[in-house]
Parts: sequence; structure tokens; C-alpha cells
Amino acid sequence: MSLALRSLGPALAVPAAALLAFELWFAATGRVSDTIAPPSQAFWRLAAGLADGSIVAMTVETLAATLAGLAVGGGLGLAAGSVLALTRRADMTARYVVEMLRAIPSIALLPLALLIFGFGYRMEIFVVAFATFWPVLILSHSAVLAVEPRLIDVSRMLGFGPLSTLSKIVLPAAAPRLATALRLASGIALVVAVTCEITANPQGLGNGLMRAQESLQPALMWAVLLWIGVIGYTANRALLAMERRLFAHRSDVDTSVAA
Amino acid sequence: MTTRDRHGLAAVPFGLAGLAVLLAAWWSVTALALVPRTFLPAPALAWAALVRGWTVGDLAGQTAQTVLRMLGGWLLASLAGVALGSLVGLSATARRYLGPSLAFMRALPASAVIPVAIAFAGLSPGMVLGVVAFGSLWPTLLSTVHGFATIDPRLRDVASALHMSNAAFVWKIGLPNALADILTGMRLSMTVALILSVTGEMLAAQQGLGQAILLAARSFRSADLFAGLILLGVIGIASTLVLAAVERRCLRWR
Repeated sequence: MSLALRSLGPALAVPAAALLAFELWFAATGRVSDTIAPPSQAFWRLAAGLADGSIVAMTVETLAATLAGLAVGGGLGLAAGSVLALTRRADMTARYVVEMLRAIPSIALLPLALLIFGFGYRMEIFVVAFATFWPVLILSHSAVLAVEPRLIDVSRMLGFGPLSTLSKIVLPAAAPRLATALRLASGIALVVAVTCEITANPQGLGNGLMRAQESLQPALMWAVLLWIGVIGYTANRALLAMERRLFAHRSDVDTSVAA
Repeated sequence: MTTRDRHGLAAVPFGLAGLAVLLAAWWSVTALALVPRTFLPAPALAWAALVRGWTVGDLAGQTAQTVLRMLGGWLLASLAGVALGSLVGLSATARRYLGPSLAFMRALPASAVIPVAIAFAGLSPGMVLGVVAFGSLWPTLLSTVHGFATIDPRLRDVASALHMSNAAFVWKIGLPNALADILTGMRLSMTVALILSVTGEMLAAQQGLGQAILLAARSFRSADLFAGLILLGVIGIASTLVLAAVERRCLRWR
């Protein structure tokens, strides 16, 4: 912890200096702009938006779509990845299909989702689910493959069926890598949700950002941008901390890599 | 991808069979009209739209636009990412001061800077290129920093014993040792670059596949929409394959 506190100074020094420079520049020139606002105004606008609930409401919309999409895409990806890793034939059959479909940039499905679902949560959840399905599939596939084969022999010896092998042996053994997959996928989910909102869906933080820009409110625009960054960064750090806490005792897990 | 080498050549027929199954499933869903045709065209219709768009229409031109945008932004991002990453990676002090800010920027959805970029540069091709470059900068930059940070300390001792300048260190020790990380970062950057090119085209009404599929969806031309999706998938696969080949070639000496 003391290490974390000691690294906090250098970590904050650069952004603090940049913000201060901007602030002083605005104060010195007295400039008013449609594109940039003094940092103090952006922070003030963020605090006001959080206090009056407007930014909170947008955050809830974005996070709801992010989490729902992550649950659908991640759940299906985990199921498909484990099944493929455990059944050789299906694995060989699926590989080109997987390579092909996952190459489609998720955001390209936005027009199709719009066509099928119209505006609202469902289309955003669909795109987020598609975007998270492939990385979770691939990461859980390799996580299950990395499980010690002798453990699977043990379960066979104990007469476990496929389902109990999966739930009692494979998934617990693969848990640390699955947690990493969850962290990466949650980052992707947030990015895709915000992108959907910026591009088309009239709800959430992405849309708030876009409207702030269109209505020439730079303070609000920078406030929302900063807030999105804070959410993404916090979620990543929280999941990373959870991984370390849960799996720190396991010798087979390298929790030192923060990437 | 881990599955690629797991089964060897014997798996190829299975893989092709998988594609056939996908195509058959697609065809039967449309033939039985399980899904409205406005959402999912028959495979033959999508193929016809692809051929027509490529020969008569402007699909080839739009594909070229998207590919150029993606490659241009990616090249800018790669150059800047490796250069900045080497600078930051050189000193532990710089990593301590800049690392957290860079990690914060990476966590920021790249598309979230689009509104800001529009405010600064308007709905111009330059704006989209800037967003593509900015967004795809982070994977390369951070993996370059990571590559430099994990250089064997003994190599640093060697460099100082030889009185190497910083530039010589970067060129002779840093970049070769960080190459694996850099190439991984560049591959991730390429994926981001394609996504942002498409997003930028949709938002800023720039010529390209992004706009083409958006217009196709708005006018309920699902065959054209799927033709665009297929092309985007092909671009995605082709860029990954090319970069994977480059990676194998560059890392052969290790």
C-alpha cells in the first residue's frame, strides 16, 4: 500500500501540471471557446452533473447495456469456448468459422442491429454481446486447454460426466485465466457500448458526449469524456485487484502482469 | 489464435466443413423464412450484391478508401507509438511519471474522443484519420513501453559499460528486444484502426465501407449491408494474417 501511495505523486504530477497550465492559460488570455473549456469548469460541470443526477442517469444507461451485453456475450463465449476446447472434432470444425466471424469489426454490426432492433437497449446489448463473445470464446478456449490434462484424467477416473467435469474440475482450474478474460472483455464492452451511443443510440454517456459537443457546451463535453475515462479505468483496476486477491495464493498464476 | 496449430493439416477438411455448415445454416434460415428478408438476405443475394457492387457499383472504391484510412492511421500510430514508447521506456523515471496517465488514456474508449475531434476539426477526412491514429496509438505505445521495461537489466549494464548513447541503446538493444511486444501491440492497433475507420466513416459521412453499410441499412437493402460486412470481415482476416506472417518472419531469430 505504501508503494501505491508513493507512486501516486508521480502518477498525478503530469496530468495535474497539464491541467494547471491550461487553467492558467485560460485565466491569462480570458479566452472563450466552443471546443475547450478551462479544466476547473469541466470539473465543476462534472460535479454538478453528478449532483443533479443527469450524468448519473446516463451512466446507469451505459452500464446497464454494458453489463447486459457482457453477460450475454461472455456467458455464450465461455460456454462455446469450453465446449470447443473439450471436444476435438467440434473444435476443428469451428475454427475457420470463428476466425471469419470474429474478424468482422463489431461496430459494423451496428447498422444491422439498428435495422433489427431499432433504438434502445436491445440493439446496444446485441452489439456488445457480439463484440465480447469472440474474445471470451478464444480466451476461455485457451484457458480450458491449459488445464492440466491429468486433472481431466482424474475426473474420468472418478466417473464424472461432461457437466460435472466442467463444473468441478475444468472451470475451477481455469478460473484465473477466465478472470483475466472477464477483465479484458469488460473493457471491450464499455468501449463498444459508448461507441454505439456516440454513433447511433440516443441514450447513455456516449450520446451525452455527442449532444454536449453539438450544443457547444465544451465544459460538459470534457466532463463526460473525463467521467467515461474514470469509469473505464476504475473498472479495470477493480477487476485487476479482484483477480489478485482471489488468485494470489495460487502458484500457477502470474498476477504481476498488469496488462 | 491457439487453435491454429493444435490440430495440424488434418484439421483443414473439418474447418472447411464448418464453413459449409455455416453457409447451409444461413441458407436454410432464409429459405424457410425464419427471419425476415429485410434483416437477413439469402446467401446468393448477398453474393450477387457483392459482385454487382464490386463490378458495377463503387464497392471496390469504398473498400479501398476504408483500407487506406485504416493503414494510414495505423502507420501514423505505429510510428508515433514506437517512438514515444521508446522514449518513455528508456527511463524508469519517465515510466513512473507517465505510465499511469498512459494507462488512463488506454482505458478511455477511443471512440469517445470523436466528439472532441469533431469540435476541433469538423467532419473532415483529417479528423477521422486523426481519430484512427489516436485510438490505435495506445496498444503499440504501451506494449513498446512494456517491451523496454522487461529488457534484461544485464543488457543495460552492457550498454553502460560500452558507453552507448541513448539512441544507440534504443536502436541496438531496445528495439530488437522489445520487437515481440511491439509487433503484438501493432497487431492489436490494426484491429482498433479498422473499427475506428468504420466508426469514423459512419459518423462523419466519409466515403468508405462504414458509410456504405449504414446507408444500406437505412434504405433496408440488407443484401448490400451483408456484402459490406463480408468485405469488412475479409479486410479483418487479411490484415491479421499479413501481420501474423510478418511477426513470424521477424521473430524467427529468437
